[in-house]
Amino acid sequence: MVRKKIVLTFPPERVDKPITYHLVKDFDLVINILRAEIHEEEVGRMVLDVEGDEEKINQGIAYLKSQDVKVQEAARDITLDEAKCVDCGACTAVCLPKALRLNKETWKLEFDKEKCIFCALCVKSCPLGIIEVKF
Amino acid sequence: MLKTYQEINEKIKKGQAVVVTAEEIIDLVAEKGTKRVAREIDVVTTATFGPMCSTGAFINFGHADPPIKMAKVWLNDVPAYTGIAAVDAYIGATELSETQGLSYGGAHVIEDLIAGKPVKLKAVAYGTDCYPRKEIETYITKDDINQVYLYNPRNSYQNYCVAVNSSDRTIFTYMGTLLPKIGNATYSSAGQLSPLLNDPYYRTIGIGTRIFLAGAIGYVAWEGTQHNPIQERAPNGIPLGSAGTLALIGDLKQMSTNYIRAASFYRYGTTIFVGVGIPIPILDEEMVEFVKVNDAEIYTTIIDYGIPRRSRPMLGKVSYRELRSGEITIKGKNVPTAPLSSYAKAREIANALKSLIQEGKFLLQEPIERLSLERTFKPLEISREEI
Ligand code: SF4
Ligand code: SF4
Repeated sequence: MVRKKIVLTFPPERVDKPITYHLVKDFDLVINILRAEIHEEEVGRMVLDVEGDEEKINQGIAYLKSQDVKVQEAARDITLDEAKCVDCGACTAVCLPKALRLNKETWKLEFDKEKCIFCALCVKSCPLGIIEVKF
Repeated sequence: MLKTYQEINEKIKKGQAVVVTAEEIIDLVAEKGTKRVAREIDVVTTATFGPMCSTGAFINFGHADPPIKMAKVWLNDVPAYTGIAAVDAYIGATELSETQGLSYGGAHVIEDLIAGKPVKLKAVAYGTDCYPRKEIETYITKDDINQVYLYNPRNSYQNYCVAVNSSDRTIFTYMGTLLPKIGNATYSSAGQLSPLLNDPYYRTIGIGTRIFLAGAIGYVAWEGTQHNPIQERAPNGIPLGSAGTLALIGDLKQMSTNYIRAASFYRYGTTIFVGVGIPIPILDEEMVEFVKVNDAEIYTTIIDYGIPRRSRPMLGKVSYRELRSGEITIKGKNVPTAPLSSYAKAREIANALKSLIQEGKFLLQEPIERLSLERTFKPLEISREEI
């Protein structure tokens, strides 16, 4: 048995399909939905913890891909060197779940890890290179 | 005129000047009216802290023994321009390291120097009678080199456009990461705190104006490159896109990394955040009319960076208040917004300058010459050689 944390991005036309159901039923996977949300343009995102036979997990991922679902292995942790941050906000441009946000009073960056879906898009977007992915 | 520069400076010297930031004055005017504020307030401080590529530093290394006429210079493997004099060089923020690629450039050398870190100097020469040495390799710090000053050919852009990307793929630009299909919008101005948006016709900000430059005292040296005062303006005088710019100069040895920071934009290259603070004297009611401007009254143009042409399509106008709300509407779609210029840092700088003036440590300098209001912004046309 292995465990993997994956981030799924659903294209608009798949948002309403019972995809996770198939993971459980057809591939015998134990799944735990850590986060799920639908953004503008109906792009869906979901962070899943999957547990099961390694072979079955791979088959499940292949199935997801065949359904045009983008699958990324989730980073374990995202860290931010707050002492070096200049609160420019460049990272907030790519953080669709708004885990990275500028406080509207102080205009300082706030990082709400609870909302993070570990997509790691912010890592490249920080011009100071102070956001890191830790596996 | 209600007050002269001399009168304001006398008050500053006595510690009696009344100084507020460009943010604070907005509510003051709403509360007390223009006339009263013109009498009661002496100086308004403005500021900005945004990435500005056109930044660099002139360095005079001092002479070695035997001396060298440096023909090529590298600082931490970043080439510096040497066609100036034997031991002078100019290091530009966007020049990239020959060994570290896009993640380290002239901007980082400048930041390292300001931080007091040792920087590796390598130079080669062809050797002359007066300068026999042909190569040198050593370490320098800002304290042991003869002189080093920041010279910023372009800064403090008077407004800038909003960037979006209509194409099908994510693009990486100097306006940050732009998501496909207009998935986000980025902007880069301190808006109501920004110097040239508080003095739209350059009445008090001109050549010679004393400024706060990255923690040091600096000056406006000239109009900045790409100075474009004829940009379309709203009825309140505020340009609707990139307009005026300033060339700035200041002693790098006095600067602090708290107010200047090297940056590297993914798949674009290096640039540098430069903190600038500029005081605006309240000479009369007209200046109050200008400095009371708030984000709701400053508009800028949305540009589509998904089309890589000089004239990119414009997708409408939007105010800074809307941009700062975190979401704007483009073609009926809600689009999240994000800044690149730090409003928190701009506010910190406006307050730092305010304190310096209140403490009598910073006097105002009347411009020696005003910036052009007519200069046109010329494109580069590609012409074939005449046969
Ligand atoms: S990884 Fe970064 S961009 Fe992605 S959700 Fe987390 S904080 Fe936001
Ligand atoms: S992009 Fe980097 S420096 Fe800017 S606010 Fe985000 S973490 Fe801070």
